[in-house]
Amino acid sequence: MRPEELLFTRTHEWVCFERAADGSQIATMGITAFALEALTDLTYLELAAPGTQVTAGQPCGEIESVKAVSDLYSPVTGEVIEANLAARDKLELLNQDPYGSGWLLKIRTQEGAARVELLDYAAYQRQCAEEPH
Amino acid sequence: MRNQQATRTLFELSKPGLRGCRLPEPDVPAAALHELLPAELLADAPPPLAELAEPDVVRHFTNLSTQNMSVDTHFYPLGSCTMKYNPKRNERVAQLAGLAELHPLQPDTTVQGLLALLYELAAMLAEIAGLPAVSLQPAAGAHGELTSLLVAAAHFRRRGEQRTKVLAPDSAHGTNPASAAMAGFTAVTVQSTPQGFVDLDDLRRKLDGQVAVFMITNPNTLGMFDPQIRVIAEMVHGAGGLIYLDGANMNAILGICRPGDFGADMMHFNCHKTFSGPHGGGGPGAGPIAVSSDLAPYLPVPLIERTAEGYRLVLDRPHSIGRVRSFFGNVGVLIRAWCYLRTHGARGLREVSTQAVLNANYLLSRIQHILPVPQGNRCMHEFVASAARLKAERGVSAMDIAKRLLDYGFHAPTVYFPPIVKEALMIEPTETESKETLDAFADALHQIVQEPPELLHHAPHSTLHSRPDEVQAARHPVTSWHATRPRPASP
Amino acid sequence: MAYLFNTPEDQQAMLAAIGAASLDDLFAMVPRELRLARELDLPPALTEMELWHHAQKLAAQNRSCRELVCFLGGGAYDHFVPAVVDQLAARGEFYTSYTPYQAEASKGNLQAFFEYQTLITRLTGMDVSNASLYDGATAAAEAVLLSLAATGRRRVVLPESLHPAYRQVLATYLAHLDAELVTLPTPQGSLLPDDLAQAVDEQTACVLVQHPNFFGVLEEMPALASLAKRCGALFIAAVDPISLGILKRPGDYGADLVVAEGQSLGNPLQYGGPYLGIMACREPLMRRLPGRIAGQTTDRHGRTCYVLTLQTREQHIRRERATSNICTNQGLLALRAAIYLAVMGPQGLREAATLCLYKSRYLARRLVEASGGRLAPAFQRPTFKEFVLRDRSGRVEALVEQGLAAGYLAGVPLGRWYPQWADGWLLAVTEQRTLSEMEGLCACLAGM
Repeated sequence: MRPEELLFTRTHEWVCFERAADGSQIATMGITAFALEALTDLTYLELAAPGTQVTAGQPCGEIESVKAVSDLYSPVTGEVIEANLAARDKLELLNQDPYGSGWLLKIRTQEGAARVELLDYAAYQRQCAEEPH
Repeated sequence: MRNQQATRTLFELSKPGLRGCRLPEPDVPAAALHELLPAELLADAPPPLAELAEPDVVRHFTNLSTQNMSVDTHFYPLGSCTMKYNPKRNERVAQLAGLAELHPLQPDTTVQGLLALLYELAAMLAEIAGLPAVSLQPAAGAHGELTSLLVAAAHFRRRGEQRTKVLAPDSAHGTNPASAAMAGFTAVTVQSTPQGFVDLDDLRRKLDGQVAVFMITNPNTLGMFDPQIRVIAEMVHGAGGLIYLDGANMNAILGICRPGDFGADMMHFNCHKTFSGPHGGGGPGAGPIAVSSDLAPYLPVPLIERTAEGYRLVLDRPHSIGRVRSFFGNVGVLIRAWCYLRTHGARGLREVSTQAVLNANYLLSRIQHILPVPQGNRCMHEFVASAARLKAERGVSAMDIAKRLLDYGFHAPTVYFPPIVKEALMIEPTETESKETLDAFADALHQIVQEPPELLHHAPHSTLHSRPDEVQAARHPVTSWHATRPRPASP
Repeated sequence: MAYLFNTPEDQQAMLAAIGAASLDDLFAMVPRELRLARELDLPPALTEMELWHHAQKLAAQNRSCRELVCFLGGGAYDHFVPAVVDQLAARGEFYTSYTPYQAEASKGNLQAFFEYQTLITRLTGMDVSNASLYDGATAAAEAVLLSLAATGRRRVVLPESLHPAYRQVLATYLAHLDAELVTLPTPQGSLLPDDLAQAVDEQTACVLVQHPNFFGVLEEMPALASLAKRCGALFIAAVDPISLGILKRPGDYGADLVVAEGQSLGNPLQYGGPYLGIMACREPLMRRLPGRIAGQTTDRHGRTCYVLTLQTREQHIRRERATSNICTNQGLLALRAAIYLAVMGPQGLREAATLCLYKSRYLARRLVEASGGRLAPAFQRPTFKEFVLRDRSGRVEALVEQGLAAGYLAGVPLGRWYPQWADGWLLAVTEQRTLSEMEGLCACLAGM
């Protein structure tokens, strides 16, 4: 997927929405290339298990590097329906293809359910430019 | 002169049938084990430990020891850890059979000398703290923090106050918030000012009736004495909270000022730091605490009491938080602290802090123009220099400098702590170093900052190995030895 | 001054370099009104010679286990320590270094901790060991905290036969947390599987059982472990490491976590500390383990080396969400344990365990015989190196006093911890006790 087609949180997650057959929305999320670069070498990833209820803006996983640990924040309120275990077991995937095979969670959400503030690509780029690297 | 054969792991050195210790034949009737114990509890074979001859073990560990830097062999300016000289006289005293070979359940009447020593130690710590009640129980600084917070929790519970928060500055040791969480509190961070002092506005915002304790390190982790401490104490006390002093930096203020006098209600000492108990490759420590008389009833058991008949352990204290460890505190470390205090006396302790502060300021003055110290040109017993400028200009990081120092025969300072200083190098020389050593260290830094970045990125160059691959270690943890690993070829 | 260097001339030169007028000037940032206006009120300083003489005098006021014959146990034991342990651990390169933050300057300690961890996993049958905690009781408390976090449940089940100090420490640690402590009575001196079956359910985070327990009695570990695991609780075994010379390893009967007091492994009694908290677990719990862990890796030339690993669990990184607040641990005691286990080896440990078993069984039998009906075994199940006798005359304190008068540290009255067993008498026998010492104890009590 091209990053220009995605939406972004201020906490460096990306998300894209698809409509499911039953009318609910499926949010697929991951972390951005900018965040991955800042985190340096990842060592461990913990993802909320399918079935977990997550809340917009609240943690839904953890990303560890050698000497840092960061929360992964859910962009939406909903239920985790799939976690990308392939990425968890092969962390290189995140760096290789952060917006594709490096996705992390699929969350089922409803129209009108809570979301955090989402930025388009240009706005996210501006935010990154302002942050010290 | 490296002996690589002897420092292969114990398991690679192991050879079936070898053994290092033989015990006497039984002098009482023997029997087959299955006649004495149920089969379902008996092991089929002894545990698969290494099998070695005694000389193997000696050569192995002796050679391993030479692969360490230590206070006995090197300058070790590891900030926040107070790596001072460990007096040999203290070791000899602690190993006296009359002090070392005492069982914790012996009757009090058979340990009067030790109880007298520990009682005197507690009294000396109370005087240094300016707080009257001391518990010698905690095993280390972090254990002292936890114990104190449990004391505070018991105090508020008894008063019927629901206080759920513990505040600590962003410059605090990680143990502070971790101890708060373990004691059942919510940890809340208070911002520091650019000078590294507590941001009073932020403290005021976060101070409410929910706050049980404000944990403060003073001098703080930047090596600065926060002159607002009395104002802070008044604010916290005004809100009904308590002040906890993290005593990690007591080496700066012995006999100069006392936590109890500047507003602390509780504190811990790090005997392995301030009072020269050796650090033992990571412990044991001892983290006795001192508290105000209001909090004394909650101290853990046992305490030592002096009576007309002699000293005795007191276990029955109705408001006590209970026990925090199996037996009496880390006595071996406490004995060494007692030796240290008895060696110095009041004037000697004040001189310790004076010389520690002199050494730190001198070293600061020698290196601040190459490694700026953001907090200014004065410090207490330690200071935090920053390699940020070097990093920006030449790509050389604090870690590069730390690693290169090893090549020059110096242990590295603490790096990347506290997190509020970029590219931090936290340097604590202690009082037990000479001007010549400090000069040699400063000279080494002067040379290092001029060396090619490429050389520094790959430092150290003279140690047995270069930087370990920490990513590999964390991604695929190997935490014990397994035979599947190929054996290295014999040299 | 004892350990200072700077001559008056050095000090003047240093002050000049700093730009300070005087030593007092260095403390300018400490407000004057906060300064202590007097000297500390401390006893006068002693020279090394005076200190040595004074300390020897204090030491002489204690009656050590070298003077008295020690039959005390209860969690601390008078085991033999080979000279190698003291000699090697006394090397300054070991005991005057610190936590191996700089791997390249600490390979000795890191490899020693890696070897310690390996020895502990092999001793316990677990997958992962940390590099030590404070002592047995705090290790047990940490294991319980781990279980609460790992299971998301809040009930902790343990028997009364667990060391009373462990139970007290646990109560202290849990006092302000959302957890419930359920203590099961053990009237027969050990936990009955049926009683445990009644007490565990889907709310149970863990079951913590000591084996041999505080009374020296061996618990029915395989049955207890499977009961705990049947309802998804973690099974924590608190063990005597010496006993693993002959007893089945906790990993072999299904324990998820093992904790132990490691004092027995080459560490002096020292009136209760410093001791060694042993903690090991199965692989799935590794990231929840508290404390330091040494890991093996390679450098950029492919050379084997060691480093502190999985540090994101720890307080200096995860702060309030760390697995524990522990920082300084018991490194030197872990080193001593590694040396001890290396020099004992599997056969040495087996011999030590076997001697403990033979001798304690002998003393228990002989005391009963010599007492003329006054003493009887308190419990039926088998014991390891410690046992409880019941004194039908109910005067256990007198037995202990009589023993002391004759030069024996003759066990402890059990009533100190268990009012229901005020007639109970707890004694321990290690491999160090001889036939003549045991007969001596019997003889001195025979006339009572």
